[in-house]
This record gives sequence, structure tokens and C-alpha cells, in this order.
Amino acid sequence: MNKKSKTMQINSHYGFWRIILTLLLAMSLRIAPWPHPLADINPDWVLLSLIYWSLAIPERVGIFHAWTFGLLTDVLTGRLFGQYALAYSLVIYLCLKLHKRLRQYPIIQQGLFIFFCLLLSQLLLFLIKNFQHPAQLQATFWLPVFSGTLFWPMVYTTLRFVRLARRSK
Amino acid sequence: MAVLASVALLAIDHQSHRLNPLRASLSFLIDPLKYLVDLPSTLITQTSNSVNSYVELKKEVERLREEQFIHQTKLLKFAALEKENIRLRALLENSFKLGEQVLVAELLSINMAPFEHIVLVNKGTRFGVHPQQPVLDANGVVGQVVRALPLSSEIMLITDPNHAIPVQVNRNGLLTIAVGSGQLNRLVLPYLPNNADIQPGDLLITSGLGGTFPQGYPVAVVDEFTRQPNKSFAKITATPKAQLDRNRELLIVWSKSTPIPLTSPQTANEQKIENHADQ
Repeated sequence: MNKKSKTMQINSHYGFWRIILTLLLAMSLRIAPWPHPLADINPDWVLLSLIYWSLAIPERVGIFHAWTFGLLTDVLTGRLFGQYALAYSLVIYLCLKLHKRLRQYPIIQQGLFIFFCLLLSQLLLFLIKNFQHPAQLQATFWLPVFSGTLFWPMVYTTLRFVRLARRSK
Repeated sequence: MAVLASVALLAIDHQSHRLNPLRASLSFLIDPLKYLVDLPSTLITQTSNSVNSYVELKKEVERLREEQFIHQTKLLKFAALEKENIRLRALLENSFKLGEQVLVAELLSINMAPFEHIVLVNKGTRFGVHPQQPVLDANGVVGQVVRALPLSSEIMLITDPNHAIPVQVNRNGLLTIAVGSGQLNRLVLPYLPNNADIQPGDLLITSGLGGTFPQGYPVAVVDEFTRQPNKSFAKITATPKAQLDRNRELLIVWSKSTPIPLTSPQTANEQKIENHADQ
């Protein structure tokens, strides 16, 4: 009994590092210097992986993680403090509310939900940007929403692999 | 809770600079990530440098030596001209600003905000960098520092849609403002009337008005001047002199805000030459 609880503790600790590492990887993908046409469609990797983790283990990854990593993303991309924190925590709140239902959905329906999540986050960012100063935006501003939806199955399978690799050990 | 906290943060950060220490301390966590992302491209340039052939390197050294020689000769004359300029200004009882210090900073190849022309360099407040400092490269003005973090700083390029720089036409001293267009190879001059004395090929230099950019650095070359008879302003575009998409090394400039007194032009002159030698 004692031994088992100890291994579980180690396991959860291990999982914690996995989550942090995948999120850090997502952050570095976020600022990676893609060549020009690719840079426009670079999706919000941090939000995608946060959504995955909050759907898969909602008891461990919640609004606190979303808010913290949102704040870190603000620093990373040099934006006004709190805008990614706000967007991420709202989206993750939705995910936590709906996670039981979403797990049952087929991947296409899930994709639709992800699309709306990404759209919500991008809309919030746009609103905040517009609030700061009237923003001129090209239509390419909305491209990451579409590309993020297309990348979702890939993120899903990759992170699922990461999570299950942890379980089997 | 989280929403309230973020809205509070947004409001405070928008209104004041009180959150800068928090940003600075969080950037200690984040900056290693930026350097990590930059690492592959740095490694590639370094390896390509180390496998250069002996002949190529020798050729480059020769070319650089020639360039250095030419520049040195130009500088000889520059010193004399500068002295003359100070004397003439003394006759006009005018003050003269000079003496600038520079710091070489290297661009980190990361993409921060895809829809803004903001780049990151590897020198921050630890080297004394502060916001609103002008940034140059070997050919002209690049932009200005918008935010300085301890280990890195963010630079807004002159082509950013939110950036404007006061310039003057080198040929006749006509003053205007050059605004970024959002394209890396284009600036727009929206505030000149249809009868302005400006033509394609004119060099635009910084006018020194506004106090951010020191006077006299090349900014752009006018490449198109279209009169719009039905509107009050002409349509003028210019190409930046600085190689905004190619250069990896940038110069961050400290310009002296107080004019150098005219009573000791000798020392001011020497200082300028020293600074140039440093460059």
C-alpha cells in the first residue's frame, strides 16, 4: 500500500514535468523563426496543448496553469500583460466545463469545438489590441485559427502518446 | 478570479509602467527559451563560418582591409569638416550636438509577433539599454527600442505600421514624417503637399526633431512620387536604406541629450573621433 502510493506520487510528479516540458516546447514552436508564408499560419501551439491537457487530465491542469502560461506567453511575445492570460483562462474554463462531453465526440466534432476555442481566443486578442490603439489588421490575422484546427489531430495524437507513455512506465 | 486578475493586469499595464519589474523577473524564466530557439540558426552560421576555405577568408580580409583604408581616409577629412562646422555654428551662436556611443547587439532569430515588425536583440538593461533608444545598422536607421528586458530587448523597425520617424530631405532640408507601411521594403510619406520639392532618388535623413533619433543618419531613398490632384497630399513612398531583412548585427546608440558647449570644441571633436574609432 505504502509502496504503491509512493510510486503514484512519483508518477504524478513525473507527469508534471511532462506537462511543463510539452508546454515549453509549444512555446518555443510559437516563436520559432518560420519562413515567411509559414509564419502567417503558425498556430497557437500553447493554447492547443493547454486544451489537450485540460481535456485529458482536468483534475491536474486547470485555469491556474492556463493563466500562468498565458502570462508567460505575454512575456514571451512582448504583449500587454494579461491578454493571453485572459484568453487562455476563458478557453480552458470552457474546456473544463465540457470535458466529459468532449471526450465522447468524434475527432471532427472535437475539431469544430477547437475551432471555436481558437476563434474565441483570437477575438479576445483582437479586442484587446483594438482597445489599446485602433489596429490595422490583414486577413492573415485569422489564419492561425484555421491552421490550428487542422493541426489539432496531430497535437492530439502526439500529446496522447506522451501521456500514455508515462502511464505504461 | 483569473479573469479579474487578467483584466486588472491589462488595465495596470496599459496605464503605467508599474509592472515592468514583474515582467523583468518573469523574463528571466522565459529568456533562456528565446536563446534556445535561436540556437540552431546561430550554430548554422558558426559552422558555415568555420568551414570557410582559406582562400575565401583571405579574400574577405583583403576586401575588408581595403574598405577600412577608404573609410579611414574619409574620416581624415571628416575631422576637418567637423571642426569647420562647429566654428561656423559658433559664429551663428548655435549649439551643436555630437558625441554618440554605440553598442553592437545581435539579432535573435525568433518570431515574436507575426503581424508587427518587432525584433529581439541579445542585449538588455544589463548593458544599459533603455526604451526609445535609436537602433542603426551600417547603412541607416533600423528602428528604436520599445522595451528593454534584463537579457534582451525588443526593437520596433521603422517599417512597423505603428512607427513614425521625423525625417528631412537631404537635398533641401524639407521636413516631414516617414510612417511605416507594414512591408519590410517600404516607408510612406503621407504628409507632403502636391507641390512639395521632392523627387525620386532623394535621400531622407533623420531630422533630429522629437529627440529620439539623432540628426543626420540616412533613413530611406524616395522611389516614387505621385501627385494626387484631387487630394491635398501627394503619394510618396521610400525604400529604407538599412537592410532590415538581412542584417544580424545592429548598433544601439546612446546620443547625448545635452548639447556640447561651444567653448571647448576641441574636446568635443576628439571625443567624436574616439567614438568613431570604437565603431
